[in-house]
Amino acid sequence: MNELLSQQNRAPLAFAVMALLLLAVGMGQSWPYALAILNLCLISAVMSLGVNIQWGYAGLLNLGVMGFTALGGLAAVLVSEAPVLEAWSVGGQGMAVSFILVVITIILSILVYRNMAASWQRRVALTVLYIGAFFTINHFYEPAVNAIESVNPATSGFLGGMGMPIIFSWILGGVMAAGVAWVVGKITLGLRSDYLAIATLGISEIIIAVLKNEDWLARGVKNVAGLDRRPVPFELDLQTTPWFIDMVQSLFSGRLAALADNDRAEALHQLVIQSSSIFVKLCYTGLFTVVLVAVLLLSMKALNSPWGRMMRAIRDNEEAANAMGKNVVRQHLQVFVLGSAVVGIAGAMLVTLDGQFTPTSYQPLRFTFLVWLMVIIGGSGNNLGAVFGGFFIWFMWIEAEPLSIAFMDLVTMGMDQASDLRAHLLKSAPHLRLFIMGLTLLLTMRFMPKGIIPEETRLHSV
Amino acid sequence: MPEFTDILNAIVLFSNFVLIPAASYGAQLALGALGITLVYSILRFSNFAHGDLMAFGTMCVILVTWGFQSMGISFGPLPTALLALPFGIIGAIGLSLMFDKTVYTFYRTKNSDPVIFVIVSTGVMFMTNAIVRFIIGPNDQRFMDGTKFLFRSREFKEFTGLSEGLALKSTQVLTLTVTLIAVAALFYFLQKTRTGKAMRAFSDNKDLALLSGINPDRVVFITWIIVAALATTAGTLYGLDKSFKPFTYFMLLLPMFAAAIVGGIGSPIGAVVGGFVIAFSEVIVTYAYKKFFIYLMPESLEPTGLMQFLSTDYKFAVSFIILVVVLLIRPTGIFKGQSI
Repeated sequence: MNELLSQQNRAPLAFAVMALLLLAVGMGQSWPYALAILNLCLISAVMSLGVNIQWGYAGLLNLGVMGFTALGGLAAVLVSEAPVLEAWSVGGQGMAVSFILVVITIILSILVYRNMAASWQRRVALTVLYIGAFFTINHFYEPAVNAIESVNPATSGFLGGMGMPIIFSWILGGVMAAGVAWVVGKITLGLRSDYLAIATLGISEIIIAVLKNEDWLARGVKNVAGLDRRPVPFELDLQTTPWFIDMVQSLFSGRLAALADNDRAEALHQLVIQSSSIFVKLCYTGLFTVVLVAVLLLSMKALNSPWGRMMRAIRDNEEAANAMGKNVVRQHLQVFVLGSAVVGIAGAMLVTLDGQFTPTSYQPLRFTFLVWLMVIIGGSGNNLGAVFGGFFIWFMWIEAEPLSIAFMDLVTMGMDQASDLRAHLLKSAPHLRLFIMGLTLLLTMRFMPKGIIPEETRLHSV
Repeated sequence: MPEFTDILNAIVLFSNFVLIPAASYGAQLALGALGITLVYSILRFSNFAHGDLMAFGTMCVILVTWGFQSMGISFGPLPTALLALPFGIIGAIGLSLMFDKTVYTFYRTKNSDPVIFVIVSTGVMFMTNAIVRFIIGPNDQRFMDGTKFLFRSREFKEFTGLSEGLALKSTQVLTLTVTLIAVAALFYFLQKTRTGKAMRAFSDNKDLALLSGINPDRVVFITWIIVAALATTAGTLYGLDKSFKPFTYFMLLLPMFAAAIVGGIGSPIGAVVGGFVIAFSEVIVTYAYKKFFIYLMPESLEPTGLMQFLSTDYKFAVSFIILVVVLLIRPTGIFKGQSI
């Protein structure tokens, strides 16, 4: 038994169990459902790899995952929505002026900061600069925002995007997340671990607040629905495409042949509808798998390179690494940016899959803490572990709900059918999944602190 | 020059919409931040489950309040929830001690890294959150009864003859009174009693405290009791003033952390001051000053816009911005909290 659970065997075994679980859902519930779970498992795995780069490689506690995911989602809107030309013509100029003024303010404040000695005069100068800049920028910004938001507020009311296929957002999402991560990292990475956690948690909330309230950017809480420049065909189009119908016909030829002639056309039609949804999901699965495998291979290569060795050295003993001449702050910034970029890519993939951008759906429990569970339970510091965590925790998150309801059904079986307590227990059962998640985390931390697929112990013989 | 009544009107307006609401919100944050700061300085970790502990305690209070109400017990003009408060505190103490025994003790004896504590406390956060949602549901609950207002805006106008009204909710007065009593009691306890001194010694220098024969288990035990009591009181006051919703309480975690850090984490006075700083900045920055300036400025200079720094939607973001700025400029906070 112990041999079976040894280090080398754990990963294949874990993934085999995962595959069996997904197959069981496919056969027990339905195939489209299983594929839907699988697709989100793949996205979760990419996110979890991103967090693993920060936590597993470098020991950075970034609780701002939600913010970077949302930035990826924003990229999807900015890439795929058609530009709203009218909005650009009424408000574009004001926006451009405000943007230039912001840049000027930043340059000025850096100049003041660098050229004046740390004193009260510098503080006063900076305060005056910021207050002045605030009112000047607002003078251009506010009218521009009002103009943009009043262009067809019911359907657009924002600047729109670039009108390109949404798949490009996977790149832009990564770049945007990396850019913001650079700024955030510059500001916060000097802090001690738990302060970093609180600061990043706060910053992610600020990002979400901006996305919710700046309607000119991505319509705020009015959401952007119908992102339709997607990389896979639409179900409805497929259902009328000859090659697809032919393919379904040949796949199910045995089953169709057994039917009477007049039933056959109807049966084929039903099969085509079912298969189209499965086919679209499979297309996404393929695309996501490509991204996941690419990120995974790069991560594994990086972890085993001299760079990875240096990162681990910094994580395990900062002072020693510093004494050896490694620039700890710069490496932390680098790894923070890299990890956030991966999370941004995953965020863009998520919005691509959903076909809509909903700022209110970004909640810290789901997008920050759940991803953390994935990394810690899967095995921090081990890329395969993080991937497995992504799969396993997402699967649990989805399946814990029906399971808790079933469990409650069993518990309350003996009760009176009409009792209030029974009704309440059944209604509240879905909340048990948070309980299960918390308990899993605590049990893992206690009894398996390195996760299900732990980091390899590297022994170097000299 | 504005007339005297205009100045009075402006002051009344400002008190009604900024001073009084910010003061009561600040008091609620201060109580919450005190709990965070005590856990940080004595148990030495950032407790991410504090918001949910507040929610749990408040939930107990609400359930007992409903029980009292159905039995016909009331507290006269005061809310019944005050009678139920001790029961809620007992519930929260039970939960805290349970989690301490089953979760935190293990890591404390191992002397784990603060990061590990943060991660475990998120596990506790998940579980507490689930328990609260499971028992009382995720929706809004109102449990305020008794007199709603000490005086209403209309009564104030009739009484003074001013054109601006001032309303004073009984929950606002209650919040400030209870906070004052709680903070005074806590400070007396920490400064004057033997146990309080032991706790401060433990927080200052753990090894020295152990050498002097202070029983660490007792210190931890008492800390959780105080923290749970403060959290439940803060939660109940917030719930009476606004309303109870598990998610809102979870979100209060950040302003409370902000308050504790701004004041100087580990410093009880800092937590109280920080709570008011955060609350006042949130309200002051997002209040629209148009009417206020109309009273004070000559007609030719009257503002045309709303005169608002940030839209009210950014209210929550203000505390995070202050938090980040303080962490950058002065990580030890106003009252020089523990070194980081």
